[in-house]
Amino acid sequence: MLFYLLKRIGLAVVIVVVAVILLYSMIHIVPGDPASVILGPRATPEMKQELHELMGLDRPFVVQVASFLGKVARGNLGMDFFSQRPVAQIVFKQLDETLVLVLASIGWAILLGIPLGCYSAVFRNTFSDKLVGIFSIGVIAVPSFVVALYSLLFFAVTLKWLPAIGAGEPGQYMDQLRHLILPAFAIGLGWVGYIARLVRASMLEVLNENHIRRARAFGLPEHMIVFQYALKLAILPTVTLLGTGIGRLISSALVSTVLFVLSTTISDSINAMLDPRVRERL
Amino acid sequence: MIESVLDIRNLSVSYATPRGTVQALRRINLKVPRAKVVGLVGESGCGKSTLISAVIRLMAENALVAAGEIRFLGQDMQYLSPPELRGIRGRDMSMVFQDPMTALNPVFTIGRQMVDIQYRDGVSKKAKAKRAADMLSLVGIPDAVSRLDNYPHHFSGGMCQRITIAMALLVQPKLLIADEPTTALDATLEVQIIRLLKELQADFQCAILFISHHLNVIAELCDFVGVMYAGELVEKGSVRDIFQRPAHPYTRALLECDPSVIEERTRFLPTIPGEIPSLIDLPEGCIFHDRCPKAEQVCTKTRPPEVSITEHHTALCHCLEV
Repeated sequence: MLFYLLKRIGLAVVIVVVAVILLYSMIHIVPGDPASVILGPRATPEMKQELHELMGLDRPFVVQVASFLGKVARGNLGMDFFSQRPVAQIVFKQLDETLVLVLASIGWAILLGIPLGCYSAVFRNTFSDKLVGIFSIGVIAVPSFVVALYSLLFFAVTLKWLPAIGAGEPGQYMDQLRHLILPAFAIGLGWVGYIARLVRASMLEVLNENHIRRARAFGLPEHMIVFQYALKLAILPTVTLLGTGIGRLISSALVSTVLFVLSTTISDSINAMLDPRVRERL
Repeated sequence: MIESVLDIRNLSVSYATPRGTVQALRRINLKVPRAKVVGLVGESGCGKSTLISAVIRLMAENALVAAGEIRFLGQDMQYLSPPELRGIRGRDMSMVFQDPMTALNPVFTIGRQMVDIQYRDGVSKKAKAKRAADMLSLVGIPDAVSRLDNYPHHFSGGMCQRITIAMALLVQPKLLIADEPTTALDATLEVQIIRLLKELQADFQCAILFISHHLNVIAELCDFVGVMYAGELVEKGSVRDIFQRPAHPYTRALLECDPSVIEERTRFLPTIPGEIPSLIDLPEGCIFHDRCPKAEQVCTKTRPPEVSITEHHTALCHCLEV
């Protein structure tokens, strides 16, 4: 397990290095010059030359990449040219809030989606299963910005129960929580649908497996069969979906290969914790 | 007759399918006496598995018990509520399944699964684990205590079947149902598992309803045998009756097909000519008449009665030669 994590982290480093090389080569391959973008159309060649030297763009490609990676290794991601603030500061300030938002959204979606999926599978093809199905497909189909807009209008503007903008006063947790509810609701709602459908499908499959029949033949209580014997297997595809899903959610706010790799590593590790066969293959 | 643990009377089971109603079992009468082993033999699709799913009341969703009774320890299984059924399964009745590799949950340890089936007993988890380990040693799993922490995929197919047998006997059932427990195993293992079952049955004194399509296994293990054909129990009797004095033409034909009784070298193994009739469109008369070498006019018209040959030996046939 530890070896596996180290291996995945090593792989993540490789991916980051490759991504940096690709990004640097893009600067040179695509037409246009970063300096003229920054300085605007009225820049003189001398000004551009000066900026090139300042940004190190006049040095050989390999030196540029190596020096950037060297700085990254020391925790320095460079300066953002427009705001004149360190990039790391901007990213991590945003990242905190994004992470909390994503985890809160996915968190409540898991808490609601998994029981809904189990319920649907146990009461398959009944009226209530179909209702859950319609609800799930419905919330998947509605884009989250629509949910966000209408829930803002209703809860924040009409009812004035919750704040409409901002992330809350730093340090005041209740205030931050109140600011979190609406966006987390909007982002998570679609995920409730995804998780419920996925859990239902894999649960139905698992409930048909031989070992479940054997468990029933031994008279094990139904809740033990569904929530322990079947769920531990039925949850595996959902964990995989969430791993990639969390990565995508974060990267949609912050384009970040590192985080994506990290989240798949985490999801694979959870899979490994659940399934001894996966654990031993690592 | 001897007191029976399981008494199946006039049982008919059908499946609703898009192509029509499949009459999978028709008018089955079978008793499993206390502490005896009853074997059911028949080709694939003859209704053996349907019969045991009906007995343990774990039937497919489209299955229907059309008629009859399944009396287990005196109570009709059909009229029991799900909690009452759960009370019987895994206590008075347990089961060993066909494919040992898929019969155990892959993500829980053997120990956990063996402890869980004792959930009714008010003893400590440690005591349950000890009983599980003792049982594992009894079925021939070396180093049982440490193997409780292993997962099913750490064991071979034969080992897994020993484990499922250990689980089935751990609850000390009055009736053990074994659904082709050796079909997925190779021949050497089959012999070992059958010997093990025989020994344990003698120790535990539980009745066994043993399903197989392997005649030698049935002959080795069972006290009584039922021969099934296309959803009917065409002949039943003691092992000696069935193997030495078979009465029904199907039983005779089946015994003649057993490769182990062929003495001369041959290029072709014997078969029974013809095919199993459709269970949706049942033929009139005897179910076996179109393949039967002795069929007469009456066989194509009326269903044969259950004819008693000796006290326990009966057959469904119009033209018995006894």
